[in-house]
Amino acid sequence: MSTVNANLTYNYKVVRQFAIMTLVWGIVGMGMGVLIASQLVWPSMNLDFSWTHFGRLRPLHTNLVIFGFGGSALFATSYYVVQRTCQARLISDGLAAFTFWGWQAVMVAAIITLPMGLTSSKEYAELEWPIDILIAIVWVSYALVFFGTIMRRATAHIYVANWFYGGFILTVAILHIGNNLALPAGAFKSYSAYAGVTDAMMQWWWGHNAVGFFLTAGFLGMMYYFVPKQANRPIYSYRLSIVHFWALIATYVWAGGHHLHYSALPDWAQTAGMVMSLILLAPSWGGMINGMMTLSGAWHKLRTDPILRFLVVSLSFYGMSTFEGPMMAIKTVNALSHNTDWTIGHVHSGALGWVAMISIGAIYHLIPKLWGLQAMYSVSLINVHFWLATVGTVLYIVAMWVNGIMQGLMWRAVNEDGTLTYSFVEALEASESGYFVRFLGGVIFLTGMLVMAYNVYMTVRQKEAVAQDNTAAQAA
Amino acid sequence: MSTFWSIWISVIVLGTVFGCWWLLYATRKGQTTDTETNKTVGHSFDGIEEYDNPLPKWWYYLFIATCVFALGYLALYPGLGNYKGLLGWTAENQWQAEMQQADARYGELYAKFGDTPVAELAENDDAMKMGQRLFANNCAVCHGSAGRGSLGFPNLTDDDWLYGGDPDTILTTLHQGRNGNMPAKGMMPGMTSDQIDQVVNYVLSFSDRAKDEEAAAKGEQVFAQACSACHGENGKGNQAMGAPNLTDNTWLYGSTYEWIKETVVNGRANQMPAQGGRLSDDQIQILAAYVYSLSN
Ligand code: HEC
Ligand code: HEC
Ligand code: HEM
Ligand code: HEM
Repeated sequence: MSTVNANLTYNYKVVRQFAIMTLVWGIVGMGMGVLIASQLVWPSMNLDFSWTHFGRLRPLHTNLVIFGFGGSALFATSYYVVQRTCQARLISDGLAAFTFWGWQAVMVAAIITLPMGLTSSKEYAELEWPIDILIAIVWVSYALVFFGTIMRRATAHIYVANWFYGGFILTVAILHIGNNLALPAGAFKSYSAYAGVTDAMMQWWWGHNAVGFFLTAGFLGMMYYFVPKQANRPIYSYRLSIVHFWALIATYVWAGGHHLHYSALPDWAQTAGMVMSLILLAPSWGGMINGMMTLSGAWHKLRTDPILRFLVVSLSFYGMSTFEGPMMAIKTVNALSHNTDWTIGHVHSGALGWVAMISIGAIYHLIPKLWGLQAMYSVSLINVHFWLATVGTVLYIVAMWVNGIMQGLMWRAVNEDGTLTYSFVEALEASESGYFVRFLGGVIFLTGMLVMAYNVYMTVRQKEAVAQDNTAAQAA
Repeated sequence: MSTFWSIWISVIVLGTVFGCWWLLYATRKGQTTDTETNKTVGHSFDGIEEYDNPLPKWWYYLFIATCVFALGYLALYPGLGNYKGLLGWTAENQWQAEMQQADARYGELYAKFGDTPVAELAENDDAMKMGQRLFANNCAVCHGSAGRGSLGFPNLTDDDWLYGGDPDTILTTLHQGRNGNMPAKGMMPGMTSDQIDQVVNYVLSFSDRAKDEEAAAKGEQVFAQACSACHGENGKGNQAMGAPNLTDNTWLYGSTYEWIKETVVNGRANQMPAQGGRLSDDQIQILAAYVYSLSN
């Protein structure tokens, strides 16, 4: 620490921009989630326009929350963390600004094209080829800024948070380009370069690593900085971080096959997908343990610090969904859970419980720092947000577990003559109350986001607040 | 797959599992202590330090256990390239076995009714209960749970048939499926928009609903040229090709001017999927009787 360069400043402008957009896309994307959740309860909410129909808005929801909300949170925190832990300024302000505007352009393009029905039809890779090319260019620029900054670091070692961010950036680049190779057939239409089951495997190689690297490795990077910072405690175990990092990235890339159980995918690939998913349990929990144990000796802080509470609860949901995931990857369990709301519950225990909660915690930590303040405008509003987020998440996932297991059991129930006991519509009717509870959970979670937006707005419009564009390295 | 790829896959699958194992082992061997410590590894990043704590024991053993499970599973099931696994299991085998099991268990129940003529079977309550369930499972998605149909899917409860409602025709429909095909503009690819208006009015006039009597009168000639080959000179249809009767005011698609115009302009292609091969002959016999019972 004694080597800090007195003239060094950090680029906080791009961090600030991404932090604000995290909130904006979070609210828009979750609002879209609430809208499609309401459509599943009240079909008239489809509003009878083709562009407000569930089939078009569902991919818009996933793109806005994963890439808009999650992506902006990752950009903001990775740019912040890499500068502070390397004691180096981003190598290029211009390129960093390009990644910001480029990424926003991608999100706007998604908002325009997806409701129009322009889609490649691959989940989490729906955007058509011109937008894919823009994503690839922005992503390569991101990699240049991030790794360039690491090369310029003033520290001898590279902090573990940066391993995770780096792994996430590299893998997403490879998989995005690999999965989206396609032959254009017009400005907004293309055909995948792969055929049949190869296409399906490429898709889920990407799809699972959208989960494994975008929604997990990147956010573990976030965890490794903001948990010890907010708790003001050392990381529990350096050794654990080494083992779980390498094991996580080595096994995650194998696991895509579990999305294609009992399909035309060759048996060997399904088996490999299943066993690697099981092995993945321990490396995933390695991250949770390292975060949780970092708090030992600081548990009392949970009583007064709602930001820390967001971080800890996010780790619990992370542990829960990475236990559930390997179980669902077992073929016999998957035979029950596949295509039911159980998957949707699993998704959102990861997405709301883990991804959203840790991002929210990190943003609450960041906002005062980015505006040169001591704390957020209101700590009690953070507390209110914490409870809204927790209650919303629990309602959502419990409703989906109940629905999912019920659907799985109803679909497989047979009469004494071997015919199915229930038609599909009967299972759908039985799901209605669960859909309503999920909608309610979503409304509550979204309300929390609005409380956050108010709190952030009140924080940055305070008299003392000054947007910190170029901050001296020493400021904590 | 070729031997090369088989070896390649085996090596990287096993390499990943043993790699994890080695990583664990090596890290654990390098530990400076077995118990929790207050020593850090000496780095500090933006004020964050890292303890030199050992891997938690229970976590270490959990990890090893999953690796052992993986190796055991890979020995029993196909996972390493062309290696078949000790159990000889394949998804295909499992499916075959389950189908055989189901057949052994339920085949009898259906076989009882397989030889009974359709009309007689339709009077048998037990058979019709099974028929209703088979219908709910296999047909209701398209024809509705009560068989009343919906837009594009025929109503099976009325006496109006595209192909015919006698037992043999129903059996043929179920075994072989049907493809109702109406070419755009019938036999007159060059039909003008005036002629389209005329023929649509003419079709409407069959049910006394023409919007424009004059056009309808002119439409008769267009119909004779473009439509009668299939729908018959007087529009009463032709069951041999599934061309509907246009005079009974019962419609597969909509009854309005706009709907009929859409059919004429774009044509129609409709499919009833063949059930032969999907369902057993005995089950189809029962279903045919069930369909028959809906209108008899
Ligand atoms: C995928 C949708 C679909 C399913 C499933 C389906 N049908 Fe059909 N069915 C149709 C369509 C469409 C037609 C009309 C075909 C045409 O227009 O040529 C039809 C026609 C028929 C007809 C002829 C009606 C007539 O007027 O001549 C019968 C009988 C029939 N279906 C019975 C069944 C039965 C019994 C089952 C269940 C085993 C079944 N269908 C399953 C779509 C379906
Ligand atoms: C090659 C044979 C053929 C010719 C020629 C033909 N049709 Fe058809 N038409 C059919 C068939 C078969 C169907 C049923 C389509 C289906 O099952 O979806 C049909 C359906 C229709 C329907 C829909 C009936 C309903 O119940 O909704 C209308 C209306 C119709 N035809 C009008 C015409 C007119 C007007 C012409 C002449 C311009 C014409 N068709 C020429 C075969 C033909
Ligand atoms: C207010 C909060 C939210 C609500 C109400 C909500 C609602 C929904 C609904 C209704 C669906 C469609 C489910 C279906 O097809 O049956 C869905 C899908 C999905 N959502 Fe959300 N969502 C919310 C937040 C989020 C967040 C924050 C993320 C990610 C960070 C996310 C990621 C996803 C994903 C990945 C899917 C697709 C799941 C799949 O295909 O299996 N959602 N959401
Ligand atoms: C060890 C970790 C995990 C494993 C082994 C795992 C496994 C699984 C399995 C088996 C499915 C169901 C596939 C199907 O039946 O179609 C699934 C779906 C999903 N999981 Fe996980 N999961 C893990 C962690 C996570 C986390 C942390 C998140 C989110 C942050 C997440 C997000 C998703 C999503 C979005 C889907 C839905 C994919 C789709 O069908 O669209 N998973 N996962």
